[in-house]
Amino acid sequence: MIPLTWYLILSGILFSIGAVGVLIRRNAIVIFMCIELMLNSVNLAFVTFSRQLDSMDGQIFVFFIMTVAAAEAAVGLAIIIAVYRNKATVNVDDINLMKW
Amino acid sequence: MLEALLFLIMSSITIVCALCVVFQKNPIYSAIFLIQTMVSLAVLYILLHAQFIAAIQVMVYAGAIMVLFIFVIMLLNLSKADVEGERDNLLFQKSSAIILGLILVVMIGVVSVKTIFQGVKGEYTPESISHIGNTQLIGKLLFTKFVFPFEIASILLFAAIIGAIVLAKKKIIEDEKV
Repeated sequence: MIPLTWYLILSGILFSIGAVGVLIRRNAIVIFMCIELMLNSVNLAFVTFSRQLDSMDGQIFVFFIMTVAAAEAAVGLAIIIAVYRNKATVNVDDINLMKW
Repeated sequence: MLEALLFLIMSSITIVCALCVVFQKNPIYSAIFLIQTMVSLAVLYILLHAQFIAAIQVMVYAGAIMVLFIFVIMLLNLSKADVEGERDNLLFQKSSAIILGLILVVMIGVVSVKTIFQGVKGEYTPESISHIGNTQLIGKLLFTKFVFPFEIASILLFAAIIGAIVLAKKKIIEDEKV
């Protein structure tokens, strides 16, 4: 039996990699992929706690997180396509219309 | 022992692929590495006795969502210069982001090692789950205890479909008016 702390540390490492990716990348699609990475790491933590507490609630929550991630990916990618049509770029530094 | 070895191999693959997602220049390579990250996470879910979650991880995430990403990357057809504008508008952003990320890793590691997690134990031990069946149990819970979130999720997906169509089709509608 693997100590469940290992899974939590792996989840933390993946979350941090995703967060760093959101901060350092300029391509909107790659930023989006990093957000998916962070969602995946949270899923891993949910499944770990579900295993530790002998409960199914964590796995049901992962199911709903996947639903929300699918909806988010569809809408987000549609927004990226709409932005690309207007500005012909997906570089987030060039998309600064709402910048004060 | 074998379980720990498998965990170490899969987790190192996951971490290396996640780093490649962030540091690859070309978005299509990032997408491929993200697919590998998700598949190795599915193996970890099986180690945690969550077979149904592992299956939908491969089907929904690695299958559906990543295909959507790759479609969009190919649809936009970014030029070489567009792929990654190397100019840094904000000074020290990369280095400070990496330092903050390392601090975050250390913090999460310390918290998860030091904390003694305790909670009310549920009734579903791996033995009883294997007796009922993982998928059957999730299905039963979805239609009894979690039936309201389940219905809300269907409304959310419906709204997302309409939103995606409206956002992505805008230009074509304008063309038809002209």
